[in-house]
Amino acid sequence: MSYNLKEVMNKPERLAAGHRMCAGCGATIAVRGVLRALHEGDHAVIGNATGCLEVSSYMYPYTAWEDSYIHNAFENAGATLSGVETAYRALKKRGRLKENDNFKFITFGGDGGTYDIGFQSLSGAMERGHDMVYVCYDNGAYMNTGIQRSSATPMFADTTTTPVGTQSNGKLQGRKDLAAIIAEHNIPYVAQTTLTRNFKDMYEKSEKAIYTPGAAFLNIMAPCPRGWRYETSEIMKICLLAVETCYWPLFEVDHGKWILNYEPKKKLPIEDFLREQGRFKHLFKKGNEDLIVQFQNEVDRRWENLKYRCEM
Amino acid sequence: MPKKDRMSGNEAVAYAIRQVNPDVMPAFPITPSTEIPQMVSTYIANGQMDTEFIPVESEHSSMSATIGAQAAGARSLTATSSAGLALMWEELLLAASNRMPCVLTLVNRTLSGPININCDHSDSMGARDTGWIQIYAENNQEAYDNFIQAYPIAENGKVHLPVMVCQDGFITSHAVQNIELLDDDTVRDFVGTYEPEEFLLNPGKPVSVGPYSISAYAMEAKKNQEAAMENSKEVIVNVGRSFERISGRKYGLFEEYRTEDADYIMLIMGSAAGTAKQACDDLRAKGVKAGILKLRVFRPFPAEEIAGALSKCKCVAIMDRCESYNGNGGPLSMEVCAALFKYKTDIEAISYMYGLAGRDFTVDHVYRIFEEMEDHINNGTDVEQYQYIGLRKQEQR
Repeated sequence: MSYNLKEVMNKPERLAAGHRMCAGCGATIAVRGVLRALHEGDHAVIGNATGCLEVSSYMYPYTAWEDSYIHNAFENAGATLSGVETAYRALKKRGRLKENDNFKFITFGGDGGTYDIGFQSLSGAMERGHDMVYVCYDNGAYMNTGIQRSSATPMFADTTTTPVGTQSNGKLQGRKDLAAIIAEHNIPYVAQTTLTRNFKDMYEKSEKAIYTPGAAFLNIMAPCPRGWRYETSEIMKICLLAVETCYWPLFEVDHGKWILNYEPKKKLPIEDFLREQGRFKHLFKKGNEDLIVQFQNEVDRRWENLKYRCEM
Repeated sequence: MPKKDRMSGNEAVAYAIRQVNPDVMPAFPITPSTEIPQMVSTYIANGQMDTEFIPVESEHSSMSATIGAQAAGARSLTATSSAGLALMWEELLLAASNRMPCVLTLVNRTLSGPININCDHSDSMGARDTGWIQIYAENNQEAYDNFIQAYPIAENGKVHLPVMVCQDGFITSHAVQNIELLDDDTVRDFVGTYEPEEFLLNPGKPVSVGPYSISAYAMEAKKNQEAAMENSKEVIVNVGRSFERISGRKYGLFEEYRTEDADYIMLIMGSAAGTAKQACDDLRAKGVKAGILKLRVFRPFPAEEIAGALSKCKCVAIMDRCESYNGNGGPLSMEVCAALFKYKTDIEAISYMYGLAGRDFTVDHVYRIFEEMEDHINNGTDVEQYQYIGLRKQEQR
């Protein structure tokens, strides 16, 4: 069935309004987008690593979650949901859930809780092949604690632990390629996406991730207005530029096959993506031209590598 | 019909796990508890039980997955020792504060460093304030019996707290002793089925677990948790009584051994209580009014009951198998002394440190401690208030 934006948007919301996330935050757009891919009638248990999303969506005594939801700690969203998923199999096997009581298992973590402190727990859950989807909403820093660098933070970003100063141009290292690392776990489905083009890419990948039996991982670039310092209304434009500059390629690894889902007709220069964001402001100062060249070279190298993997 | 057998402590606990057949067990190997998940996996592989076993990648994940499974509505447990318990420390707090009635079967082993695989109580004592009920066993029989009582305590509506069932590493876990096993049906009837009120996998009745809570609510949550711990004391005693009806074996908050007319009492936990009882018998034969108070339940701490039990003696030797590095004695000693003070029990108390990292503790040590108590009371001899037993002498080091 072809994707119909209006139809998809008319599905009942599974993350209710009234939560405390910021205006212009990518995380909630990602969460709502993923949950729309759940088929009607299917129950879900949503997991969540500690982070903005958790403290803003389930502040006692209010919850924004229409489905069952569990937050445990920062570094263990993978392990926690693996316990829930196993309990589901145990209760089904022992006849304590009815045959047609279907549950799906989706857990959300920011990049700090996923790339860094929760990496081991994620890797373990993926390797064991639990029938669950781990969704990383990647905003490229520890935003909840005040914009500290993570291993997902891009090169040269100005963060509170890689501050730009007279002796510093921001973060020295490039970002970890987590989607590729999880793909190397040889799980059935891995995809990278973001909030673009009527959410079609995100919706289709979410549906595949949720309904492919076994472990699945989604890496969703989800901008943060506080950490990236953009006008909240510009979020969709930034996501589009991330894709059009090939900073954030859209790809999937379906049962080991690498597939590039979108190739820009004309690859835009990386400045177009960087310029909108306060965290890269210093790159446009006179004398820092070579930093942008370095950034561009890194984007190009990774893009070529991805195309090679996708046999293009 | 109960049957007599010979088993190690680990075998006994694994046997009890098979009989209870819980829904989910995540676990990670660590000496000396490793055998428990191994034996459970073998039972599962041979169709003798059908618990879902999760071979997780760390102890932090084993407790995380235990919490996830328990919250989902499954009766869950894990096993660990030493550094494994230390790694899951954060999650111990979450299991208790989320009011998860799961069980952890702990095989006590010292914490590093130096790295050492043998018994002391530093692992569970380190977790004493995590909100878990802690029950200690003297031998394999008690480890088995305590495990069977764990779920009825944890799942009681007045409690809803996790239970840590402790046995001493190697001394109990690996030594083979006689044991009396209950039959499967008796155990299953006693433990019953798990019927949670609210759980994640309740179709049409979603629930959120693990909230962020601001100061306006968080303190009440902590008070409720504390009240549950207080409630658990009565529940532990009641479950012990019910268990006596199916097994003939008595269980309370602690065991009083020849204390009724004792002038001198040794207060001790775990396997060393067996050594202490033997020495006590020897001393009684010589006319020494010796007694042993074996603490079974450390959390909740039965302060009033202990003070009452000690009130008629002249001196108590409080035996810690865990250093607290506070300069005043081990954790058991600190809490017992506080109880004596709070309940105005005016007796002498001496703190002893023994058996750290598997150091042997023998009847000779016990004789000497009772001798020291007698000398102190009868002759007014000064006694070092906080001393190590069985330590190498300077020239032997």
